[in-house]
Amino acid sequence: MSLLKVKGLTKRFGGLAANNDISLEVPQGSLFAVIGPNGAGKTTFFNMVSGFLSSTAGSIEFDGRDVTKVPQYDIAAMGLVRTFQLVQLFKGMSVAENVEVGCHLATRGGVAASLFRPSWFRKQEVEVRERAHELLEFVGLSAQAELDSELLPYGQQRLLEVARALAAKPKLLLLDEPAAGLNTQETEGLAHIIQKINAQGTTVLLIEHDVALVTRIAHRIAVLDFGKKIAEGTPDEIKAHPEVIAAYLGVEEVENA
Amino acid sequence: MTSPAITSAKPPGAAKFASRFDRFQVSLLVVAVLLTCGALAYGGFLLTVMQLAMIYAIFCIGLNFFMGYTGQASFGQNAFACIGGYGSAILCVQYGWDPLPALIASMVVAGLFALVIGYPTLRLRGHYLAMATFSLGLITYDISIHWTSVTQGYMGYAGIPPLGIGSFTIESEHWKLVALAVLVAFGFWLSLRMRDSRFGRGLRAISGSENGAAALGVRVSRYKLIAFVIAALYASAAGSLFAYTIGFISPEVFGPQMAVMTFTMLFVGGVGTIVGPIIGAIVTSLLQEVVRGSGHFQDIAYAVVLLVTLIYAPKGLSALGTLFRRKKGEA
Repeated sequence: MSLLKVKGLTKRFGGLAANNDISLEVPQGSLFAVIGPNGAGKTTFFNMVSGFLSSTAGSIEFDGRDVTKVPQYDIAAMGLVRTFQLVQLFKGMSVAENVEVGCHLATRGGVAASLFRPSWFRKQEVEVRERAHELLEFVGLSAQAELDSELLPYGQQRLLEVARALAAKPKLLLLDEPAAGLNTQETEGLAHIIQKINAQGTTVLLIEHDVALVTRIAHRIAVLDFGKKIAEGTPDEIKAHPEVIAAYLGVEEVENA
Repeated sequence: MTSPAITSAKPPGAAKFASRFDRFQVSLLVVAVLLTCGALAYGGFLLTVMQLAMIYAIFCIGLNFFMGYTGQASFGQNAFACIGGYGSAILCVQYGWDPLPALIASMVVAGLFALVIGYPTLRLRGHYLAMATFSLGLITYDISIHWTSVTQGYMGYAGIPPLGIGSFTIESEHWKLVALAVLVAFGFWLSLRMRDSRFGRGLRAISGSENGAAALGVRVSRYKLIAFVIAALYASAAGSLFAYTIGFISPEVFGPQMAVMTFTMLFVGGVGTIVGPIIGAIVTSLLQEVVRGSGHFQDIAYAVVLLVTLIYAPKGLSALGTLFRRKKGEA
């Protein structure tokens, strides 16, 4: 069964088609990757799927519901949670508090609950703290829990963003270039964490620049180039695909690219 | 400063760096309490200064929700203080209401007004929002001058009764300060509860990154609006309390000057910090009396203080503790 179905998704910025007629299906439980060279339209695709950007044409179906025109917080509430290519940490909040914000969707209560603090609210606050702690342990940031999130090194900021997204208990986790700017060792750690997340039953849609990483961990890969999907298949198929090789190595002789 | 042994012994999440209470902030609060006691002991003019400081502290606690935690700009909260002040004055003087119900009724009106105004206005961001809110303050100021049949124009309202319940009224200046200090404590306590909750975390996430907050399901525009209304409720209460404490209001009290002053207070104390609004209100009020001696240079002296704070302690006095600690850690 497909958790996410994208049909003919198109985004035009003026005359430029950043995404042109992209269709793909992400099966439940899979680790699906979208790759492509810089400027291929990966992030635009992501922004549309997560409701950050409206599409020019096409449809997006998530968990059996049409979400093409649904606002982002409602999409998030349905279980589609994303991270950002440029980390969007909550400055001025500690590492643990960042993850606690991630629990927003999994919890309830507004101003009145915070003022009167009924027993369910107090219980929930304790659970939120515990959950934040567990998730920080999962990504290996327990020691930094009380630190100002701004003070984290870049690689750890990325991990924090992943932990924060997980706190929302997503059905589908969208990771936008999580390995960008990481060194080999950090990338290795991240790959391991992504695989663990997927193994625990969360479907992952990953956008990545790093082909080596993706071909190693993804079950299925779609390749974008100049806003179009040029290939889709298993890592082995993609590695052997002539158009993909052309797109990445820029072979000029290839016609019909 | 903080002993690591104690910090690590606390349950997970109980101790947070500067975003929660640190010892420095607690000690600032203690100083504030001591100052209040000092004013009570010495009496005289210091009493009035501290009374006003308390009133502004209430205003700033609310403003901190919108400007500090949520990270939005508003230079027009004086509009809501104006509603509170005039609401209380008119209800008490013209219609003979008791002060307390008049205060609450004014708060309700100010809250509704904030809801209606905020809904379209809060779509604006950054400078545009600052301009729009500033104009809001100017408009209410003009209305309070020109709608003479209701506001009595420049004459203002005199003879506003002091705060009290039923036949019990607080007449003595000493007890007025005590009552105001208790109200500040109450307002502060409420603000803490709202801050350390799912709601408060949502607000602070918005100031950190609107996109990030929205991606995690925080309804950004709704939360901004609620923060705006909370700020308006505090401002309205402060306006009413001013009327009850001084017994007289005129348009000048709630003019643009008030917006500038509360803004200064919030930044001197530490915008987005827990005790910042209270500390800023007290320090700035006392400072005003100190520089008053400089006559025409009063405003300049005021500006210099604000500039120095913004440059050397951009997070305000309340965050100085963190600043020292970080320096120590680096060394």
